[in-house]
Parts: sequence; C-alpha cells; structure tokens
Amino acid sequence: MSDPVTIQTAGVAAGGEVQETTAPGSGKPRSLWQDAWAELRKQPLFWISLALLAVFIVMAIFPQLFTGKDPAFAELRRSLEPPSAAAWFGYDLQGRDVYARTIYGARASVVVGVLTTVLAVLVGVIMGVIGGFAGGWVDSLTSRIGEIFIGVPYLLGAILILSTVAPAQENPGAVLITAVVIIVLSVLSWPIVARIARSSLLSVKHADYVLAARALGASPGRIIFRHLLPNSLAPIIVVATISMGSYISAEATLSFLGVGLRAPVISWGIAIADHTDYLRTALHAMLFPSIFLSVCVLAFVMLGDAVRSALDPKLR
Amino acid sequence: MTKAVTEPVSSGDRPYSGSLLEVEDLQVEFRTQAGVAKAVNGVTYSVDAGETLAVLGESGSGKSVTAQTIMGILDMPPGVVRGGRIRFRGVDLLTMPEAERRKIRGEGISMIFQDALSALNPLFPVGWQIGEMFRVHRGLSKKQAYAKAVELMDRVRIPAAKQRLRDFPHQFSGGMRQRIMIAMAIALDPEVLIADEPTTALDVTVQAQIMDLLAELQRESNMALILITHDLGVVADVAHKIAVMYGGRIVEQASVFDLYAKPAHPYTKGLLDSIPRVDQKGQDLFAIKGIPPNLLHMPSGCAFHPRCVFKRDNCTTDVPALLTVEGPRRSACHYSREVLDGVAG
Repeated sequence: MSDPVTIQTAGVAAGGEVQETTAPGSGKPRSLWQDAWAELRKQPLFWISLALLAVFIVMAIFPQLFTGKDPAFAELRRSLEPPSAAAWFGYDLQGRDVYARTIYGARASVVVGVLTTVLAVLVGVIMGVIGGFAGGWVDSLTSRIGEIFIGVPYLLGAILILSTVAPAQENPGAVLITAVVIIVLSVLSWPIVARIARSSLLSVKHADYVLAARALGASPGRIIFRHLLPNSLAPIIVVATISMGSYISAEATLSFLGVGLRAPVISWGIAIADHTDYLRTALHAMLFPSIFLSVCVLAFVMLGDAVRSALDPKLR
Repeated sequence: MTKAVTEPVSSGDRPYSGSLLEVEDLQVEFRTQAGVAKAVNGVTYSVDAGETLAVLGESGSGKSVTAQTIMGILDMPPGVVRGGRIRFRGVDLLTMPEAERRKIRGEGISMIFQDALSALNPLFPVGWQIGEMFRVHRGLSKKQAYAKAVELMDRVRIPAAKQRLRDFPHQFSGGMRQRIMIAMAIALDPEVLIADEPTTALDVTVQAQIMDLLAELQRESNMALILITHDLGVVADVAHKIAVMYGGRIVEQASVFDLYAKPAHPYTKGLLDSIPRVDQKGQDLFAIKGIPPNLLHMPSGCAFHPRCVFKRDNCTTDVPALLTVEGPRRSACHYSREVLDGVAG
C-alpha cells in the first residue's frame, strides 16, 4: 500500500463522501479526519473509554450475555439481602436481583444518551445551518427560538414538561416512557448544538474556498454539504460526544426525581431513588447502580475529551 | 443539474457584435454602520476573447469588488449594486435570475483567487475537487471525473499528476496550489477568466511561471483574461490593455505599451515612478505620498488630489471625467494632456 499508484486505484470506489479521506493510508496521515484518527489512536484515554462504552453497549443490546436471571422476578422474602455467591450485588427492596437489574438498566441509559444526542444534533444542526447560512431575519428568528429553550432552566423545564405531559396515558409502555424522556431532553438541549453549529458555520462561511466554490458555479446545497458542513463538523462532534454523558445523568436525575423513566422501564436512576431510604441498612441496593451510572457517564465524557483533543489542533 | 450541458448558456443564441464581457458604469457600495462606502463608482471596461485586460490598483481601489460583482459572489448585504450593467455576450448579468447566473459561473466566466491554499477546500483531495466540476456540471461518473482531473492537472503542468490526485491541498506548494485552482477554473472551458491577484501570495520565480501558464492557457483556448493586480511588473508581459483604478474609479485606460511609455494620469505616473530601477542605486526610492482614500469619506473633486503632485485649484472641487486623451487612451484628470506631455508639475 505504500506505492502511491496502488492507492489511487484502491480508493476510487470510496469516492465522494467525507469518509473517502480515511481511505487507504500510506502511513502518514493526510486529511483532517485521518490526522484526527492518528491523534486519537495515541490516547490511552480514548481506548479506555471506548472499551468501557463497548461493554455498556453490549450490555444494552444483549443483557442476557451478562446475567441469566430475570430482572423482574421478585422474591419479597429476600428483600434487601446483602450480596452473596448466589446474588453478587444482593437483592433490592422488592427482592429482585440487583445485579440483573443493574445490567438491564444499561439499556435505558444508553438508549436515552444516544437517541437524545442524535435528535438534539439533528435538530440543532438543521436550525444552526439554516440560521447561519441564510443570515438576516432568518438567523435572528432561529437564534431567538433557540434562546427561548435555553432560557428555561434545564432540569426545571424537564420536570415541568414531564410532570404535565407524562400522565397522558393510563399504562404507558416502556418505549413510550423512554421516548417522552428522550424528546423532552432533546427539545431542551438542541439550541446548544444549534449555537455551536451556527458559530462554526459562520467561521467558515467567509472562507475563500466557499467564495471560490460560488465563483465556480456551486449551488447553495452543494456549498452547504460539501464545503460548510464538513468544515464545521469538528466542534459539533465534540459537543455531541461530551453531551451524551450529560444526557445519561440528566435521565438518571429525572428518574430519581420520579418524573423521568418509570416501571416497567429498568433504570439506574429509579434503582437509586428506590433505595435512598435504606442507605444505612442496605447500601448495596443503590451502590451498584450508582457505580454503573458514574462509570458510564465518565466513559462518555472521557471519549468526548479524547475526541476534542484530537480534533482541536490547539489542544495538542 | 447533473445532465450534460453542451451549450453553456441560452443567451449565446443570437450573434452579438459587442465585446464578450462589458462592464458599464458599474456602481457598488457597502452599507456599513459607519456609513456608505462607495467601493465602485462608475467603472466601465470590456474584454474580448483572446484579450487580456489588466486591472491595476491598490487595496481598496475597487478592483476586486468589481470582479466579485461580475461573478455575482459579492456578499449582499452589506454590498449593494447601485447601478450599471454587466453584459456577458450581450446579456445583462445583473438582471438575470440567480439560477441562470449560476450556470454562467464556471462555464462562462470563471475566477481564481489570490491565496490558493485558502481557496481550496482543506477536507477533500485535489483530484476530487477538480473532478467535482465535471461531476456537477457535466454529469460525469467518478471515474471519468478523475480521469479528467488528471488531464487538467497535466494541462496546468503539475508533475506526476496521477500520483498526486489524492493528495490534499496542504501537501502542495504555493505555486502548485495555484495551478490546481487554475485547473478548477478552466475545467469547463470558460470564455472569461478573472484572476484576482493570482501571483501575490507567490514568490517571484513562481509568479513568472504562473503568469506564463495563464498566458499559455489563454492562447490555447482563446479565452478572455481579466487580470487583477497591484503589481506593475506582472502586467507588463501579459496584458494587452490596462485599466488603472483609484478610489473606486478608473483613472486611466490604455494599451500596455502606451501606458508604460507615457502615463496620462498623475497616479499612473506615480506608480511607474515607484518601480525601483537599477540606475537608482544609492538614492531614496520614490513613493506616492499620503494614503489611499477612505471610501467612507472620499475627498472632494478628484479623489487623488490630496496626493497629487500636479494638483491645481479645480482638482479639489470638480470630479474629472474619464475622457479620451489620444487615440484609444482615456484618463480621468483635468490635466491629462499636460501629464502626458510631461509638462505639468
């Protein structure tokens, strides 16, 4: 692969996309993304957080791999029994296996974290790009709309919306409960992404290559998707990875307060909330979910940190 | 959009007797918070196929703004076109719908910029960027577009074009980057190429190579070239005619030979006198005293009068029109005749 001629033929199929720039490497990094990847690869923090996240993601998709027990199976006579060989993390108030419930709790956190990020980034980038590219009154409008949402204190807003919206249905399913939380969190957080997308877009909007692209007959769509977006993506990616962790902790907080996720959804936040009263008698029932929650949030934040230092040349 | 376009623009149907590109009494201003800046104030010039027009002037003289207005890439707001016409093959570009105008960019009129590094998208390989012109405007496949890109890179004399197709802009030297920019600009065989200070960011030997390349490409395809520069040395060899701009106006228009032999405007004369000569060794270099006019507060009368060594009383009150002095040459000075004959001052 070190022969440049073979690189040329090997890369043709990939063409057209941003990913193309990560095409066959001849050893030395070349594009921004290849460069960032080379930088990322060198960081232990990146690999540690990636390994942790991999575990959590597998846990979320296939909890059966980690435990054979049913997280919903309750034996009241075992209520708050401490950890033992049969139940590594002990039993909770309802006599359910804490280990199984902690494993199954990963799903809600990962799903909320990832989907909220996707939704917030999607809406935020669209609004930010519209505002930044159009400018003028459109920009003012999108910015003001964003500020309305930013102006609402995050948790207060979430509690307010969730406590009024949630009881719409008698017995909502797990999917509906989770979806409501995801939507509320993204509604309150997209303006942050929009602001970053807008400012990042504005910083490249007047770049010479955008002017050159216009001079060579590029359409507005092409300018946005080929020149503006790819060149303003880095800060958006950083914010997205870092905020994933904060969405997870926000979900846990809301669930703890009783307005976020509820049974039948299994969540670390609920487990912590259910056992605060038994802190001194049965610490294990809330200790293990708390540890999992902290490590999961930490993993996302560390990943965001690693990505940021790889994408921002000033931090190197 | 991706369909092959054989006939660049519909406007070329009926024969047109005038020049290929004509700028007529163009007026552009910027509305800023500090006031209205008249960046271009009645500029008129034209260029024909195979012809090179050099637009000469210092920063803020309006030469680049005129070019960007021709291309339709001026930021509006704050820019406003106050008046005038820009006719390409006889059709006014300023009244044309944006979609149609876009088709002319790249295909009819194309442009290259001063700093080729910042004028190339840093995220994509150069071959991909050149090829994009063909994929978007001609609907070629990726493979065909890459083949075309190699062809063009050969044409602008980039060595080992095939091997460098997948390199990124930052991996090229300044001169090579400008060649890539030129390759993109001439990809669709435009009839007019506007080069906005194409050699300013380059060192002198590379400057000469780029100018040679532009001249050569022009001969091959018979395109019209508008060369915007502040460097009199660059102009001398390649240009056919020159328009000297000052404070948003053209102050002198002439053929290269005439202008260099005998300037008819004090500003041009000042510029020519500013070129260091070998026989000047040991003496102070000549410079035009003063600073370029503030576009927000233009001097009364002739914009050049505060710096003019030939200044008379009426220069501070009357704006001199661009009038014919002798043959095809025109000058906007009340005393152009005297300047030309070298008796003024």
